[in-house]
Amino acid sequence: MNLHHTLRSNAQTLFQRIEEIFDVPFGGDNNPLRHLGAMALYFLWIVVGTGLYLYTVLDTSIEGVHSSIGYLSVEQWYLGGILRSLHRYSTDGFMLVMMLHLVREWANRHYAGFRLYSWMTGVPLIWLAYGAGIGGYWIVWDQLAQFSATATTELLDWLPFFSTPTARNFLAPDSINDRFFTVLIFIHIGVPLLLILAVWAHLNRITKVDYLPSRRLMLGTIGALLLLALVKPAVSNAPANLALVPPELRIDWFVLFIHPLTDFTSPGFIWLLLLAGTLLLFVLPLLPQPKAAPVAVVNAANCNGCSRCHVDCPYAAITIAPHPDRPGHNIAVVDAKLCASCGICAGSCPSSTPFRSQENLLTGIDMPQLTVDMLRRQLESALSRLSGTTRIIVFGCDCGADVKKLSAPDTAVISLICSGLLPPSFVEYALRGGADGVVVTGCRPGGCHFRLGERWTAERLTRQRAPQLRARVPDERLLLVSASTHDDLSLAQALLEFRARIATQASSIDRLPPYSRRTSHHA
Amino acid sequence: MLKPAAIVGQVILYGAFATFIGYFATSPKYHQIPDDVALIKLSIAHLGDRECRKRSAEELDKLPRNMRAPLECPRERSDIKLEVDIDGQPAFRTVMHPTGLYKDGVSVVYKRFEAKAGTHQLSVRMNDNLVKPGFNFVKEAEVTLKPAQVLVIDFNPDKGGLFFQ
Ligand code: HEM
Ligand code: SF4
Ligand code: SF4
Repeated sequence: MNLHHTLRSNAQTLFQRIEEIFDVPFGGDNNPLRHLGAMALYFLWIVVGTGLYLYTVLDTSIEGVHSSIGYLSVEQWYLGGILRSLHRYSTDGFMLVMMLHLVREWANRHYAGFRLYSWMTGVPLIWLAYGAGIGGYWIVWDQLAQFSATATTELLDWLPFFSTPTARNFLAPDSINDRFFTVLIFIHIGVPLLLILAVWAHLNRITKVDYLPSRRLMLGTIGALLLLALVKPAVSNAPANLALVPPELRIDWFVLFIHPLTDFTSPGFIWLLLLAGTLLLFVLPLLPQPKAAPVAVVNAANCNGCSRCHVDCPYAAITIAPHPDRPGHNIAVVDAKLCASCGICAGSCPSSTPFRSQENLLTGIDMPQLTVDMLRRQLESALSRLSGTTRIIVFGCDCGADVKKLSAPDTAVISLICSGLLPPSFVEYALRGGADGVVVTGCRPGGCHFRLGERWTAERLTRQRAPQLRARVPDERLLLVSASTHDDLSLAQALLEFRARIATQASSIDRLPPYSRRTSHHA
Repeated sequence: MLKPAAIVGQVILYGAFATFIGYFATSPKYHQIPDDVALIKLSIAHLGDRECRKRSAEELDKLPRNMRAPLECPRERSDIKLEVDIDGQPAFRTVMHPTGLYKDGVSVVYKRFEAKAGTHQLSVRMNDNLVKPGFNFVKEAEVTLKPAQVLVIDFNPDKGGLFFQ
């Protein structure tokens, strides 16, 4: 358990570091490592699209199959050949990003709690993907196909399922017939269809799914694959001949690595590896996990059913139902099983405004561990303690850079569950309550520990998403910084520059009219 | 707009991706068996024999008319004993058991041997009814194996029992 913890957290640090290196040229939105699921889907669509073309030109007889595929690569290299290469290379890309996606989700401990469903439905995808990929290599019926078919059936025969060894189908040249290819193609279309269906199920529990990478990333990726297809077209080996062992083979290690591994070890070892590995993935989420945080709670009296929380919730945990007390009105309902305890809903609720006179601030939807009332109290007490000439409030995120380190007499910090919990009105409230500037920091783009939090925060504060920061708040007094756990230094630097800028421009930037709840309340 | 440095960085990383995919899609080469070696595949699926008893005339009379088979046979099949020698040396010995819950299915064996290319004396013996001693099927031959050749040892009663292919 502890070994696993160490391994996982080291993997997490390593993966995040590499992601951050990729951020430099790509930026968060175009960073492939931050959109691995979407990349896998993109490769899958390329595989499906090119596969449809290959299917239409395939001759499924024993004599025809090898030459009909060969024809594509030679005579029709400019179309069929390129599509064939794309089919193969995007399969390889798919396997690669699928495995990276798995590692990333594991490293980030994305397998338990509210993510249990996504994780459990992800595991069978690996089997389906390899089933489809290995079967594809058989269709060509060249020496590689012969090698893979023989090796796969020998592996299958190790299991006590078949009364006659399936490897007998590939014993001698007269062992196979045309029907074999018809069945094979049926399987090679059926399994990918099953895979697509299973992917759909995999994505069922989350909203605003990253179905495709950004346009730029898609263009770059297809460009790289096309270039590869031109420089190194995928070709067949010599036709299969079951009377001879295939000679030295160029094998696709992304898909067929299992065969050399079996030769190197033993079928028993491979099955142990596959079954134990699969079991481990399934059992991982069932091991003791950190205690789940309290989930979002709706306050019926303060919810008007506007459905903003429903729209912003990254895990489809909120539905809108008829209001129990107000006929004709709606109310938000939280499904505790789906809730990730991120607080993004509290940040989206129009009732979450601190400009209300109630002593106990109540809103439509709230996190028991950090209610908007607690947030307002923290903010008010921070404002009253601030001193110095340029007083700054920093709103941070528990998952991002450590804001506590920035705390100083002229800098007050408040760390949130997720930056998405921050209702934009709190920025205005801080400025009108005596702060000279507000810094909001959260994870890097695409790096939200939950999903979408950093994106919704940025959109709300730049007035592209409701609830918006009010127009009268001067942009110069607000700084948005993306900062991961490794970005403490750059965050500190950004704060330093921000303070200097405010200090030098103090006279030229608008100042909002002061507001104090306690005094104006009685005024 | 992208900074030139970012463009260069992206080009490098896309290039690295294409190179990585392109390389491992075909390399390193894999050599399943050495160049001068041939493969002998022993693959037999055969229904073992069984001991049947001839019914006497009285016994047959007692049976309903439609069930008067002259032989009474058990469901269970015999194990099959199999021996393979290469160049006079024992290469493989096994006793195959019938499949099926009632031991009434075929017995199977599948085994790969590597042999240096060249001429070998191959001898295969099989007994499919272990109540009898010895081997009721024997096939011996001198075979010349070319490098990478696959020689199959199979059994088919219609082809005269054990055969090499
Ligand atoms: C066929 C291969 C796969 C595809 C196409 C795929 C695709 C995706 C996509 C598009 C997302 C949504 C990402 C987002 O919008 O934030 C996702 C999420 C997820 N995937 Fe996969 N996936 C695959 C395999 C796997 C595997 C093998 C696992 C692990 C066992 C896995 C675990 C997860 C988890 C835990 C999430 C949830 C992430 C979150 O809640 O933040 N996936 N996947
Ligand atoms: S806390 Fe997060 S997951 Fe839960 S209901 Fe609110 S937005 Fe959805
Ligand atoms: S955002 Fe607030 S008011 Fe709107 S439905 Fe959700 S809880 Fe109710």
